[in-house]
Amino acid sequence: MINVVKEGLVWMAAGPQGSGVDSAANIFGRACCYGGLNVYGKREYHSNIKGLHSYFHIRVLNREVFADVDRVDLLCSFDAESVVRHIFEVAPGGGVICDADALTTRIFDIPTWTQPFIEEFRNALDSKGIKPETVGDLLKEAGKDNVRTYAVPYMAILQEIAAEMGEEKLSKLTRMINVLALGASFGLVGYDKAPVEKAIRAVFGDKPKVISMNLLALNKAYEYATRKFGDFGYKLDTVPTDEKRIFIQGTQAAALGKLVGGCRLQTYYPITPAADESEYLEENEVLQLEQSAVKQSGGSILIMQTEDEIAAINMASGAALTGARAATATSGPGFSLMVEGLSWAGNSEVPVVVTYYQRGAPATGLPTRHGQSDLRFAIHAAHGEFPRIVMCSGDIEECFYDAARAFNYAERYQMPVIHLIDKALANSNRSCRVFDPSLVRIERGQLLTEADVKGKEYRRYQMTESGISPRLPLGTPGTVFWNTGDEHDELGHISEEPVMRTRMYEKRMKKLEIADREIPVQERVNFFGDQDASATVVSWGSPKGAILEAMKRLRQEGYSMNFVQVRMPHPLPSEYIAEVLGKAKKKIAVEGNYTAQLAGIIAEKTRIAMDFFLLKWNGRPMSSDEVYEALKLIMQDKSPKRQVLTHGT
Amino acid sequence: MALKLADYRTSVFVDWCPGCGDFGILSAVQMALVDMELAPSGVAIFSGIGCHAKLPHFVNVYGVHTLHGRTLPFAVGAKLARPDLEVIAVMGDGDGLGIGAGHFVNTGRRNIDMAVLIHDNGVYGLTKGQASPTLKLGVRTKSLPKANINEGVNPIALALASGYTFIARSYAYDVHHLKDTIKKAIQHHGLAVIIIQQPCPTYNNINTKDWYSGEDRVDPETGKPTPRLYKLEDSGYDGVVRRPEEAFEKYAAALAKAQEWGDRIPMGVFYQNELVSTYEERISKRIPTYLQNPPSRQLISDSEGKPLTSIKKMLEDLQVTGFEA
Repeated sequence: MINVVKEGLVWMAAGPQGSGVDSAANIFGRACCYGGLNVYGKREYHSNIKGLHSYFHIRVLNREVFADVDRVDLLCSFDAESVVRHIFEVAPGGGVICDADALTTRIFDIPTWTQPFIEEFRNALDSKGIKPETVGDLLKEAGKDNVRTYAVPYMAILQEIAAEMGEEKLSKLTRMINVLALGASFGLVGYDKAPVEKAIRAVFGDKPKVISMNLLALNKAYEYATRKFGDFGYKLDTVPTDEKRIFIQGTQAAALGKLVGGCRLQTYYPITPAADESEYLEENEVLQLEQSAVKQSGGSILIMQTEDEIAAINMASGAALTGARAATATSGPGFSLMVEGLSWAGNSEVPVVVTYYQRGAPATGLPTRHGQSDLRFAIHAAHGEFPRIVMCSGDIEECFYDAARAFNYAERYQMPVIHLIDKALANSNRSCRVFDPSLVRIERGQLLTEADVKGKEYRRYQMTESGISPRLPLGTPGTVFWNTGDEHDELGHISEEPVMRTRMYEKRMKKLEIADREIPVQERVNFFGDQDASATVVSWGSPKGAILEAMKRLRQEGYSMNFVQVRMPHPLPSEYIAEVLGKAKKKIAVEGNYTAQLAGIIAEKTRIAMDFFLLKWNGRPMSSDEVYEALKLIMQDKSPKRQVLTHGT
Repeated sequence: MALKLADYRTSVFVDWCPGCGDFGILSAVQMALVDMELAPSGVAIFSGIGCHAKLPHFVNVYGVHTLHGRTLPFAVGAKLARPDLEVIAVMGDGDGLGIGAGHFVNTGRRNIDMAVLIHDNGVYGLTKGQASPTLKLGVRTKSLPKANINEGVNPIALALASGYTFIARSYAYDVHHLKDTIKKAIQHHGLAVIIIQQPCPTYNNINTKDWYSGEDRVDPETGKPTPRLYKLEDSGYDGVVRRPEEAFEKYAAALAKAQEWGDRIPMGVFYQNELVSTYEERISKRIPTYLQNPPSRQLISDSEGKPLTSIKKMLEDLQVTGFEA
């Protein structure tokens, strides 16, 4: 019997979209969390509403989990396709929960296959030398590798439930197949039922009838599994804990950071995977305030769904002019539309924040899948030269703190700030320590009030030593100012005079140098690992978790490494990075793109070239296993210069 | 002390072509502000790109010269963040109805309490006279290599279909009519748009000042020209919706009136309906403190920079371990 608490369990819910994969995973994750365990969940779905395949990985451990692994211990499938798609991922000793009625389904009769999948699957069968006709045949073959099948008669159990409830229409109950599969999963691993019931109540909220139906389904399947199956090698136990943890996804973390950071107006145009953030904010538009804010008559955040992303960025800039902290959230195609507006904000020195959720690109690319190919775009987007700050978060906690901090940078330096997140973080549900809002400090930079300008001439773009001109909210009584997208004088009126042009341009650009000097390096990079290690990994964004886990395993095997996680690629803390890389014999770039964009920027700024590249662009996040294997090859001097990672289904 | 016209002027040289209709629009805007006694710092004028777009630089109120076609998103963002601000959005016909047409339509749906002025001269002036979206099919203004191959959009009908609740037409050279219409638009409770017919003496040699005043149509009996523009209010037309049940009838009448062009061009208020809720009212229903404490006025931190927003309740909803026994 494998003690799951120690080794971890990787559970996968898989089924057609619309069949409750998400809610099953949500219940599973919460149930584990309620029992004191830690979870990391990864969601994969097609750009489709109903019918195409989707799955949710949940990795359960008794410590904080930062990344996914390649294997699946328990595949919890709702339909025949899910078995076929994922069977070869199930680890020896693992199991497959499946619909008993799906065993006779002929593999190549499944209607949702795409041609590339069929070709890949036939190749896989050929390489294994097997020729299964049906799902049952396939499972028998897997059994030879010690993968066990646990067939659950979903329809028969539903009929039983229907009879007990006096419900005549069975079709009304089929949406509970997910909870049957879930119940069987928990029965199989012998988990305590109480936290599962609690999770069902939490997920189905205020619908008592739905809750009681689902509790019935849970119990039936749980009992069926305990009664029928006794040979599964994993046991999942609850663990007592006092630590306060939350179960949260990246979009929610960023939203919470924005609220604490004082964002009061957010615009958005619907796009995957960014829209979840704005919707969560809108659900919570009326804000709770701290005791110290009793004098205020109430706080709120205004969420505007705009007609397009062009409106989204410009509306946010319009709001930011009035002194409100304002942001927009989007993904690659939306950001592409925003770039002219970004240029205006840069030229007019508007502190607007763009939360940029990267996904598979270019064009529509892989709209629901992972990608990290927009770093250079974020840094260079829009015509002309103007200062901006680009930040990128490496995990869900960073999403929270960075989202809050982005506004400080934007206001202090009066420039657009782009906060890069990626789909792997956006759609990962993780248990993590409760965020600590008291760690957030709000710095508004040189922000003037009515009293400051009373009886004085106000120049919005006053020339100063630092390049930063004191800012006044538009609408402040007692004076006026002008903004323009044209080059301008100190008052904000159009000016094409060459001397003014030279000075105003320089004034704007200088702010980036000030930001580079003032922002401490601790806010811009994280350093992990052994100071004197001879190998240094450089990365950004969501690969952080996989890299840290891989390094931990490698350290146990005696390989000493360190890791520079870049959180501010622009302006790049190049001196620091050059110093660390200068000591490294093996310099390794790990990125979710084809061209190693961060490595290119580092080479540009430090003239230091990386030695090895671990790159991935198949639309799936990096797993800690594949990063571990690739890094190990490098440490063993067996690696080519460039390794392409391909894990994921 | 009462404000004078001079208080709304800036020292920036007005660089429009001599005879440009923009001069009339600028004067009418300044005169309306004087008449309404609006403090300069309580007003913000937003503009797009094109000849019209320089207007904010000539008016001594907050002025935001934005991007081509994007006046409305900027104006809406500022207005909703600071709803006590009097916001005027000025746009060109190419700017507002071509590149910015999506914003024109979608802003209509929101009925935000602000005024939109469209300078309509049928051409893209600043790029030397290409056909704008309002130029009629087959018209060939002087810098066009060929006659206009597209039909012109009907801005009044488009505004109606989009949900503007005050829709009027005025004329850049009838400064008093224009000033009065601007005042009505500002006073209107909801989103107002004025289509301002404006000769472009440099590039539009068809819809000229003389054309509008009918110099080509001299009455043989009186010897006087027959103007093309006429005032709706003089014709007994009344576009104001006073009861909900007459909304459709007035809408239909306005749509019919909007078709008039050429020999007779109506000026004045085509349609006004203050019975429609404004966006601000719609938000206030969801966020009761919105108007007292809008985004721009909220304190977000204490004097030490500690955040004032509490996410305690939201974190509790997400909490999965460590519950109090």
